[in-house]
Amino acid sequence: MLLEVTDLLKRFGGLKAVDGVSFAVDRGEILGLIGPNGSGKSTVMNLIMGVLKPDSGSILLDSREIGGRSPNRIAGHGVSMVFQHSRPLHQQTVLQNLYLALLPNRLFNFRLSPDIDSRAHDALKLVGLEHFAGRKPSELPFAGLRRLELAKSLVRKPSLLLLDEPFAGLSASEMEEFSDLIRQLRSDERAIILVDHNVKGVRALVDRIVAMSSGQKIADDLPDHVLASPRVREVYLGRGDEAVFRRPHSPAPDAPSALKVEHVSVRYGEAIALDDVSLSVPRGEVTAVVGLNGAGKTSLFNAICGIVPASGTVEYEGRTPRARRAYEIARSGVVLCPETRELFTDMTVQENLGIGGNALAAAEKRRQTEFVESLFPRLAERRKQFARTLSGGEQQQLAIARALMMKPSILLIDEPTLGLAPIIFDAISNVIETLRESGELSLFLAEQNLTFALRHADLIHVMEHGKIKWSGPAGEFDAGSALIA
Amino acid sequence: MTVPRSDRSDTGPWPYIVAAIVVCLLAAVPFLGVNAYLLSILTLGLFFAVFAMCWDLLFGYAGEPNFGATFLIGTGAYTAALLSSNGLASPAVCIVAGAIAAVVAGVLLALPALRLRGPYFGLVTLVATLILRQVIILFSDYTGGEIGIAVPDIITISSTLNFYIALGAAVLTALVLRLLVNSPFGLVLEAIGQDPLNARVLGFEITKYKVSAFCVSAFFSGLAGALMVFYLGTASTNVFVDASVGVQVIIAAIVGGRRTIVGPAIGGVFLIAAAQYLHPLGSLSEMGVAVVALVILLFLPGGLLGATRLFRKAR
Repeated sequence: MLLEVTDLLKRFGGLKAVDGVSFAVDRGEILGLIGPNGSGKSTVMNLIMGVLKPDSGSILLDSREIGGRSPNRIAGHGVSMVFQHSRPLHQQTVLQNLYLALLPNRLFNFRLSPDIDSRAHDALKLVGLEHFAGRKPSELPFAGLRRLELAKSLVRKPSLLLLDEPFAGLSASEMEEFSDLIRQLRSDERAIILVDHNVKGVRALVDRIVAMSSGQKIADDLPDHVLASPRVREVYLGRGDEAVFRRPHSPAPDAPSALKVEHVSVRYGEAIALDDVSLSVPRGEVTAVVGLNGAGKTSLFNAICGIVPASGTVEYEGRTPRARRAYEIARSGVVLCPETRELFTDMTVQENLGIGGNALAAAEKRRQTEFVESLFPRLAERRKQFARTLSGGEQQQLAIARALMMKPSILLIDEPTLGLAPIIFDAISNVIETLRESGELSLFLAEQNLTFALRHADLIHVMEHGKIKWSGPAGEFDAGSALIA
Repeated sequence: MTVPRSDRSDTGPWPYIVAAIVVCLLAAVPFLGVNAYLLSILTLGLFFAVFAMCWDLLFGYAGEPNFGATFLIGTGAYTAALLSSNGLASPAVCIVAGAIAAVVAGVLLALPALRLRGPYFGLVTLVATLILRQVIILFSDYTGGEIGIAVPDIITISSTLNFYIALGAAVLTALVLRLLVNSPFGLVLEAIGQDPLNARVLGFEITKYKVSAFCVSAFFSGLAGALMVFYLGTASTNVFVDASVGVQVIIAAIVGGRRTIVGPAIGGVFLIAAAQYLHPLGSLSEMGVAVVALVILLFLPGGLLGATRLFRKAR
């Protein structure tokens, strides 16, 4: 075996991001590492590359322990990683960016060796960038930058090539081309591991799939077997019997909208994150947007809340404000509880709540604090504790509580269950139901966890590749075909 | 098979021709009948150009903001001044010793400081300057404290020769640093500055490169500091070990155009010259320089050199 990972463990504070994972890869193999966002797959890659140090467990490369070494030494042993985001040298040409990857780790190196040029050109030809050698990286299309990063890894002739979300941000046709390119890289000398949240994207490309959920390995088999595994389907789709949670109620088609999004698009440079999205969130109901990581859910929420520039219009409670600044939108009652939580980690629970309720008069603030503390009794117990000392689940509760302190009329919660143990789900479920019954606010959830979304939502929007793929009442939603096909 | 050119600019030979012409013009300045006052401003400006270029190597390429430029400059200057005033060495030896002392001090500072991330490296360099200043004041019996040390030796009294010494130091620094940043070493350094994680994953041990860059920066800073002591005849904390002088170095580098080496040299001369010419305005002069610097920072983010590029593009 080229790579043998045994009992790998990595903690971030109280969260076990990688919890006793073992797997192996041999030369000539392409392995897909899949799992929902927050399942720990990127952490595994970073542990292999040495970007993170494991808390325990072993990583053997050709029977040599590499766990815990620095990335440059691991690179020297023949491991190379292509990151999802990286910054090429912008003052230099594409060719010179490749020279960089070919340089030895030697200080007194003031001349390029003669064969460096031909090796760089060969790599560019391999990834199809030979005509861009003399251009600057800024002139490359988005997919071209991904190819450049891949070429930088390839010139190092790695025995283990790690690809972190190689298809993120690519269009469907670019994805296909990139898959073909990766297929060409298969060789007896090399193993390839690619991380993806998108099962469809990798199933035809990889020989074997390791599936992860909540830091643990849940499957390790041929792609078709993994996709058929009940455990994997449960992680992606939720258990079938949970359908009893589905609310029979479906909103009237003419229900007034709390939020009306029309023709909204978001681009990050060349990448299209949101492509002409129109949808509505009925007042006083729970709406969910579901889709895999990278489908555009967070971009949609950020566009609604004015955090990223977007084209198109958003109507809030019937009003279309001309200037859409993030703080004005938040003050007007449209409040986002972001995926990354963004707590003030060096402040106490009480201080975090206080900042949320900053605009309220003293008496109202006290009432609101009592209200959210009744919703989240754990937070009341931990009033004086610093936010960073809370567990992942408590941090999520605090993030929602802080957002509620702003007395929102529309509350957007991005991935309320991300990276949380199922036991916390119930606490958050109860809060969402309590809020719904209060009738005072409209809730808009972004979820990868379909079970959770279906448990609460009246209206479902399915997103894929930045577009709305399906919209309708939760009762009419057919989960099986929507996400895994 | 052709050996690839290590020159990474795609603008052809023009920048080098322009640079050669500018150096020739500067070398001819003493023969153009300019007065001693102008010559002295240019001399100081050229020393300042060296400081700004050294700063650019660290920030523009290695990505590390050095708020303590005068820690390196001051170490060089005070080493030379102490050796000379105690009659221990000739000016030439003092200058070399100053440059070496700056490198040693620089490494002692950089080795622990470069392990820190984010803004902490910059803060450590700032604190180092403050500590050096306090040490000099504390040991005023030897260092002259805040008054400074008079240096008995001088290299020459000729203002023309002094001008050439400064010009020589600036040209030497510019040449060495340009060669360095255009070499494979410079390529790695720039990659480290832009994306340290990616550089590590490509197999580069980044601390090694950063410490080396710090050494080079310290060497020329110390050298110019020591040369300037013999030009001015005194070493004092307000000139050589002062955080606000360090800030001026930064402004010079950014006004000139960072990540170019040549730009900061222009910025250094420009800043000193502007301060002198606005001198008749009294206390308004500093304000004037600051406003000019602010306008350039706000409207020409590429600095003065970046502006010439815009012009070229427009054509």
